[in-house]
Amino acid sequence: MHTEPTGGVSRREILGTGAATASMLAAPAMAAVTPDKAREADPPLVRVMLTVNGKPENLTLDARTTLLDMAREHLKLTGSKKGCDHGQCGACTMIVEGRRVNSCLSLAVMHDGDTITTIEGLGTPDKLHPMQAAFVRHDGYQCGYCTPGQIVSAVAMLEEVRSGAPSFVSPDLEHAEYSDTEVRERMSGNLCRCAAYPNIVAAIGDVHAGKKS
Amino acid sequence: MRAVTYERATSAQGAAQASVGHKGAKFIGGGTNLLDLAKLEIETPSHLVDVTRVPGLDRIAPTPDGGLRIGATVRNAELAADPRVRRDYAVLSRALLSGASAQLRNKATTAGNLLQRTRCLYFYDTTKPCNKRVPGSGCSAIGGLNRTLAIVGVSDDCIAHHPSDMAVAMRVLDAGVETVMPDGATRTIPIADFHTLPGKTPWIETTLKPGEFITAVTLPKPVGGRQSYTKVRDRASYAFALVSVAAITGPGLQRFAFGSIAHKPWRVEDAERLKGADAIADRVLTGARSTDQNRFKIALVHRTLDATMRGETA
Ligand SMILES: Cc1cc2nc3c(=O)[nH]c(=O)nc-3n(C[C@H](O)[C@H](O)[C@H](O)COP(=O)(O)OP(=O)(O)OC[C@H]3O[C@@H](n4cnc5c(N)ncnc54)[C@H](O)[C@@H]3O)c2cc1C
Ligand code: SF4
Ligand code: FES
Ligand code: FES
Repeated sequence: MHTEPTGGVSRREILGTGAATASMLAAPAMAAVTPDKAREADPPLVRVMLTVNGKPENLTLDARTTLLDMAREHLKLTGSKKGCDHGQCGACTMIVEGRRVNSCLSLAVMHDGDTITTIEGLGTPDKLHPMQAAFVRHDGYQCGYCTPGQIVSAVAMLEEVRSGAPSFVSPDLEHAEYSDTEVRERMSGNLCRCAAYPNIVAAIGDVHAGKKS
Repeated sequence: MRAVTYERATSAQGAAQASVGHKGAKFIGGGTNLLDLAKLEIETPSHLVDVTRVPGLDRIAPTPDGGLRIGATVRNAELAADPRVRRDYAVLSRALLSGASAQLRNKATTAGNLLQRTRCLYFYDTTKPCNKRVPGSGCSAIGGLNRTLAIVGVSDDCIAHHPSDMAVAMRVLDAGVETVMPDGATRTIPIADFHTLPGKTPWIETTLKPGEFITAVTLPKPVGGRQSYTKVRDRASYAFALVSVAAITGPGLQRFAFGSIAHKPWRVEDAERLKGADAIADRVLTGARSTDQNRFKIALVHRTLDATMRGETA
């Protein structure tokens, strides 16, 4: 894939998407390696198709692009935040194929074909998602930087509890139940420098209990 | 992170071949360790071989001898929640659930977890010498900040610890690591022989050969007993272990493996014939070489084992 294609086709045109294309484009064994400098100046591109907040997106990206940079820089969806870029804070949490993940450690090209939900896909200012409304009601934030990640994470977390998946604090691995202790453990991947934790736990509790106001 | 080319493997042997066919190729699973390190240019892959869509590797299936075969790309979250694992290999569920965060466990794969690299501060600090990162450059941790590092099996060249929780449970369960070579040859490496000690070559961390690709981890048939994973750390969640104990105990059954005290999950089978936490811990720690900063881990191993044996922990 890193070798210059012959026959006048540019590398950009040949870099494609999907399993078939990706394997077709694999360079033959022991091919000469493009010198680093040239490659850094003209980094390999990939085509990626995914569904973001219900909308199909067709993008040509540097292969290194994370889902986070794709959303923020290419789709201008800046709700997801870059707190650390190293999986340590959860501010970038997105739901990918139904699972919450750190988008800063996910390459967009590895998610070709996947369905992604960001904070923008959960609700709008006029029509808040119940979790967004609960965070507002409970003041589940101060500066708000971690909040999109907290909310996206919390929505997926409740699904995990519903599915019966245990956590490290579940007394019985085979029957996990909702509790504030469970919420604190299950939400530990979302740091809040403002320490709004008690209100975050309360907001999540409301949504779990189906409370509206 | 340096520029990379990308390839999606469609078979296990194909992945192995792709990795030897490209200079600077690296397999990528969940990417939670590789991308973290690549962004800091500690790892500098120039070609990524995505293994997450190889058909079949994402399955957990029973083996003919009553055990379980866990595909290399099964996510940590899925493995921890598997009903068979929860029921028959609780120590593995618990160890997985104690690691990282829910978001990371949704990404991290079985093979990637085994191969995650040390959390030694200097391995991460590219301005400092580190024999593991740059062979022959020296070890900044010996004589530097080393509170979290290894106390057994260390060398004069490296005192790094292996940070995986999952691997400690795999060790106490006598797991096997199944692999395939680029030429199609397969083998199973007992987990005890999978990770290596630093010695004079701290950059070598496993007995995997170039291009060797992990296809699965196998568990022998369930041994029963009371199973637990006790993890002591600086904060209650989302933190690496200072010391951990994976335990299986029952009538005529006593097995313990220890995490974050060595370059590999640490288990001394000889010690398991002894009685009492102190006697066992003393044997487990034979030849320990701690520093002023991490000497506390010796007492912590004793106490954590004692608490585990009294059933005071999860
Ligand atoms: C903030 C943070 C906190 C964490 N806390 C913990 C913790 O408390 N406990 C814990 O145990 N871990 C913890 N981790 C580490 C985490 O568990 C690992 O990053 C993860 O398990 C790695 O799996 P992966 O699939 O993402 O690996 P990748 O990053 O995809 O790969 C890791 C390595 O494995 C190689 N590889 C991948 N698949 C294969 C294969 N099939 N065959 C051969 N080689 C392969 C890759 O080439 C790479 O070298 C933490 C990580 C972060 C970022
Ligand atoms: S302990 Fe090992 S990893 Fe840490 S600085 Fe020394 S050589 Fe590097
Ligand atoms: S930005 Fe992704 S975890 Fe911090
Ligand atoms: S509200 Fe400020 S970081 Fe959470």
